[in-house]
Amino acid sequence: MTFFIILVIILAIITVAQMARVYELSSELRNKKEEEISARDNKINATLMMVFLIAFFSFITYYIVEYWDKWLPPSASEHGNATDWLLNFNFIIILIVFVITHIFLFSFAFKYQRRKGQEAAYFTHSNKLELIWTVIPAIVLTVIIILGIKTWKGIMMTTAPEDSIVIELYSKQFDWTARYAGKDNALGHTNYHLISGANFLGLDSADSKGNDDIIVKGEFHIPVNKPVKFVMRSQDVIHSAYMPHFRAQINTVPGMTTMFHFTPIITTEEMRKNPRVVKEYAEINAARRSQGKEEAIFNYLLLCNKICGTSHYNMQMDIIVDSEADYQTWLSSQAVFQKEKMAEKPMPEILKIAEKK
Amino acid sequence: MSAHHSHSTDHSHEDHHHHEETFISKWVFSHDHKMISKQFLVTGMVMAVIGMMMSVLFRLQLGYPGESFKILNFFLGDKWAPGGVLNPDMYLALVTIHGTIMVFFLLTAGLSGTFANLLIPLQIGARDMASGFLNMLSYWFFFGSSVVMVLSLFVESGPAAAGWTVYPPLSALPQAMQGSGMGMTLWLVSMSLFIVSALLGGLNYIVTVINLRTKGMTMMRLPLTVWALFFTAVLGVLSFPVLFAAALLLIFDRGFGTAFYLSDIFIGGQALPQTGGSPLLFQHLFWFLGHPEVYIIILPALGLTSEIISVNSRKPIFGYRAMVLSIMAIAFLSFIVWGHHMFITGMNPFIGSVFVFTTLLIAIPSAVKAFNYITTLWKGNIRYTPGILFAMGMVSTFITGGVTGIILADSALDINIHDTYFVVAHFHIVMGLSAVLAMFGGVYHWFPKLYGRMMNNKLGYIHFWITFVCAYGVFFPQHFLGLAGVPRRYYTNSEFPMFDSFIELNQWSTIFAVVGAVAQGIFLFNFFYSMYRGQKAPQNPWKANTLEWTTPVEHIHGNWPGKIPVVHRWPYDYSKPGKPDDFVLQTTPLEEGEGDEGKH
Repeated sequence: MTFFIILVIILAIITVAQMARVYELSSELRNKKEEEISARDNKINATLMMVFLIAFFSFITYYIVEYWDKWLPPSASEHGNATDWLLNFNFIIILIVFVITHIFLFSFAFKYQRRKGQEAAYFTHSNKLELIWTVIPAIVLTVIIILGIKTWKGIMMTTAPEDSIVIELYSKQFDWTARYAGKDNALGHTNYHLISGANFLGLDSADSKGNDDIIVKGEFHIPVNKPVKFVMRSQDVIHSAYMPHFRAQINTVPGMTTMFHFTPIITTEEMRKNPRVVKEYAEINAARRSQGKEEAIFNYLLLCNKICGTSHYNMQMDIIVDSEADYQTWLSSQAVFQKEKMAEKPMPEILKIAEKK
Repeated sequence: MSAHHSHSTDHSHEDHHHHEETFISKWVFSHDHKMISKQFLVTGMVMAVIGMMMSVLFRLQLGYPGESFKILNFFLGDKWAPGGVLNPDMYLALVTIHGTIMVFFLLTAGLSGTFANLLIPLQIGARDMASGFLNMLSYWFFFGSSVVMVLSLFVESGPAAAGWTVYPPLSALPQAMQGSGMGMTLWLVSMSLFIVSALLGGLNYIVTVINLRTKGMTMMRLPLTVWALFFTAVLGVLSFPVLFAAALLLIFDRGFGTAFYLSDIFIGGQALPQTGGSPLLFQHLFWFLGHPEVYIIILPALGLTSEIISVNSRKPIFGYRAMVLSIMAIAFLSFIVWGHHMFITGMNPFIGSVFVFTTLLIAIPSAVKAFNYITTLWKGNIRYTPGILFAMGMVSTFITGGVTGIILADSALDINIHDTYFVVAHFHIVMGLSAVLAMFGGVYHWFPKLYGRMMNNKLGYIHFWITFVCAYGVFFPQHFLGLAGVPRRYYTNSEFPMFDSFIELNQWSTIFAVVGAVAQGIFLFNFFYSMYRGQKAPQNPWKANTLEWTTPVEHIHGNWPGKIPVVHRWPYDYSKPGKPDDFVLQTTPLEEGEGDEGKH
């Protein structure tokens, strides 16, 4: 690495020396004025424009091929398939626009380079042309808008089904906690004034709905093919609950609750057997072994995606999608949050009075 | 305000040219728009070098996480880069200040400040800005703001680090991160000064364009640069006060115990008393500026590009009227799209769908502009100055970055790529690269006007090709990172094995960034060397039509030694049939029976 830095510095010094030389030399050739661009310079730059176009397209093609099965993790939620379809649809449109405009831009740049005796056309406007390229984008965008809003509505503007499993995701610098609503499928009331070492979510003992709540850290489980309704809260600053495999994300904001619901459709076990995932992790682990790192195994992830402080880059929780039976087994092995812990820190007197009023 | 600067419409200003100038009034507290333009440019360049160096420092960490670099230790010392490894807090600070400097100091003040000051009076035929004094103040507030921002890098707890969008509560609470202490206070002071500068400048530009156009310079005969700079100023004047409001409320929340943005927070082992505030309020206020702000950056870039492309392809800009209407449409729409930054913040999803609609509408005028640029090149007679190379590069990046905006504007898709590297790639290409390339183009094109000398073309070509290739090399691969779910503002991705596949991509990004940064040395060398040793510029080096090229090469107060020129035609009569030259100055009277595009 030091070699790389030294190389860069040496190159920089050589460049400056060369620049002064180039500058002095081209200044010496005073018969050539800077404002008069020589035929040679026109030709070189116009040709480079064409070279760039080809190189640019090759570069993009290379990346698309090379990262074809890596760029978007396989979708594991019901609505994820719909968003992926929409993404592909939009990508096809923008790729067409991108390719056509770039071909025109760079080939015109090449074709209409200044040549002796050539004159530019005096072509100031054409209402017909301009109408065409106002109306066509307008039509295409209408389609994009309609499909986009329809998909958005399906994800965000629907209420979670009645039988959804309710899970609270609670964020703080720099970890996640999941709270299950328990048998009554209702989360107990909380108040941030009640937060203490043991009662770190601030559960209120006065609310009996909280008596069967289950609190887990490190990883949380959800059953496959059942809708899950996430209720998000934050203790300190804004975080963002990002679950890329489920195409799900919503910020967690102190002082308000935010919600997101989705239905996972592939269990963690199944996903680990997905050929794409198997191949990807084989490559990843081959590299990790050679670096002496621990081998990795695929997991769905919840990660923080809103800048939240020093350890923002490592605020994660594993998500395990189980079969219904496995999920029930796991859930029943989890202890209910003890009521005594809730009473550890009482509500400040002054706030009690305020509440009574 | 001294009397000699209140230029009204009378045209006799002979006496001003003999006005005695002291060193201070000429070089420091100058009222002359050309000098102020140069002051903005050089200050902007100094800030840009700082911002660019920062990006190199954090790119090293991103490409080679946890590896030791002497250069990091050299710049940041043992506290922020112990053993040459970047500290995570300093990483966030670098990202934050890099963003702030590039968005505000380089691409708002540096870009608009330079070119609005230089081109508005010169291209509309005015002797100076409406108020030279306010113009001077505008620069000095900007200067003060820059000084405070640079000073904030040296405070003990480090500079602001909550991201350039400084969302509270993170930015409001020193307990939340080190950077939210003194560093954030200075950030707010600096931005407040900056807003004053932007407002003083903006008001001046608007008044000047409306009132001080010379005889014959109707609105439809204005060069597109002036149209763009005019609407930029309108956007700034309408939106910067809202940012000031946001900053002021944040100052209150930080210092005086108010609860505009804070509610139900437990931090540092303590439950804060504030309730009832909403962090979303800040985001609404911030993006009400923040979105027009990206057009404050891109409109001048589009304006400069229009002029440079037309002049150097020796062809009238295609669809002048459509270009003007597009600028207006973009300016208007830019005020009703801010919510697309907030689709997943917990804002009502219905409002989100309204913002999807308005945001995607912006694609129409933007597409018209791109198509019109391409058609301007069609059947042109393109002269490859460094200026047009950069302008063409700008059209390319504007399209490449613009099309990915369609995906981000689609809220359903934004759910998955919000705040990932896809966004980083998108806005760096469409806003950062486009505006920087256009600004370079503008500097190469108007350098003869600014300094009376020519820049070296050879070095300009080398500078362009390295910059252009590296720019795409840095940012294009980041689309793939984003689609894979790699979040932005992560100090390292190595905590997530699933991102291991992209280590190489990140390294390439870093290599391109380092090479691209070094290549800017070519520009700096060319710029400063040409200032003193460059070939003397002729009056109208590019054979352009606009009024700035009718002024003498040596700068004088009042711009024109004699009477102010009178305008007879639109600015794009290039290669007009039946004319002896392939350009016709705007001051050339129309021949009998000759039509004028600017007449209506």
